[in-house]
Amino acid sequence: MSHDHHHEHHDDHSELDENELRVRALESVLTAKGYIDPAALDLLIDTYKTKIGPRNGARVVAKAWTDAAYRARLLHDATAAIAELGYSGRQGEHMIAVENTPALHNVVVCTLCSCYPWPVLGLPPTWYKSAPYRSRVVKDPRGVLADFGVTLPGGTEIRVWDSTAEVRYLVIPQRPAGTGSLSESELAALVTRDSMIGTGLVATTPAIPAP
Amino acid sequence: MSYVTHADLGGRDGYGAVTPEPEGELFHAGWEPRALALTLAMGATGSWNIDAARAARETLPDYADLSYYEIWLGGLEKLMVERGQVHADELKAGHSLHPAVPVTRVLKADQVAAALAKGAPTERVAASPALFKPGQRVHTRAEARDHHTRLPGYLLEKTGTIERVLGAHIFADAHARGLGENPHWLYTVVFDAAELWGADAPSHHRVSFDAWEPYLEAA
Repeated sequence: MSHDHHHEHHDDHSELDENELRVRALESVLTAKGYIDPAALDLLIDTYKTKIGPRNGARVVAKAWTDAAYRARLLHDATAAIAELGYSGRQGEHMIAVENTPALHNVVVCTLCSCYPWPVLGLPPTWYKSAPYRSRVVKDPRGVLADFGVTLPGGTEIRVWDSTAEVRYLVIPQRPAGTGSLSESELAALVTRDSMIGTGLVATTPAIPAP
Repeated sequence: MSYVTHADLGGRDGYGAVTPEPEGELFHAGWEPRALALTLAMGATGSWNIDAARAARETLPDYADLSYYEIWLGGLEKLMVERGQVHADELKAGHSLHPAVPVTRVLKADQVAAALAKGAPTERVAASPALFKPGQRVHTRAEARDHHTRLPGYLLEKTGTIERVLGAHIFADAHARGLGENPHWLYTVVFDAAELWGADAPSHHRVSFDAWEPYLEAA
């Protein structure tokens, strides 16, 4: 990294350092006062980095695509059907699954803050929590979808779900054509986070690189 | 009005395009995961509820200028300072200068998985039958409230249709103010875009939200 480059980002660095110091100060005080267990903090972070994320939701979607009885249970009582796969709890206590069809495309937002189905999708992406998405998707959903490179046929109804209470929504995207021979786990690998929010479609290329 | 929320963004113009982000990108600075974990761990002490936490965040005067985790951090500090759990001089000094105010419980590492898996369900037994049924037309109330509420501004004084009855749930408006759970029936109410944005709104577009019964009256 050149000196010039470093210099350009000096302001950003100061700001980061300020927050870094602020968080360290807070953690020190809370630990000293006995309000928190620092080991619990590490575990919370590790959980959302490695265990609770959109691969959970992708498993739910792939199962719904391949198991008609499961799909029916998911649409009837999503909280229970998702718990069958071991996903439950914080910010997913009351789940509803909404299914995309050729006639209907669902999109989820929280205009008031950042409500999001954590057990199946993990922590929300920055754009989901940001002013552009929260302000615009309820008014101009096709414009927002265009920001994601998504264009729907003109006749498709768009339904935007504003998560204003403690109910959390999971979009079941449409299964792509030509995937009849794929296994449930191969299908899960195609399901993107954005497709389960409603800002993406599922393609036949994997959502995440193969390990 | 003394209560001012800066978080009610639905339908506002001028924020520009959305910037997509790859799936694996969870944090953008080393302090962000700590801010998240501190917020979750302090929430688990039961010193406040999630509605009070949302109220603390959305009333931060500089909300619009802050990043997401800066908002969380600001909200957390505010909630704790209000309760005497920490003091401004301690936040500045980076160490404890005043006695602790004991908390009801401390989230230990071996309790994390169970606490997350349990969550905090908000559905309660209803005290009376639901007033509305699916298919019924309803108006949202016209006036703003001088306290935390979950009725967005863009949905004030609109006419929609009850789509689903979601059970009785802790009422955020009361809960945020320390007035108890005060459960009310919760409904999914759906609106045509034209009702919200005028006749020029695109057809084939509907918006719904989840509304507690006190937000609604029969149309």
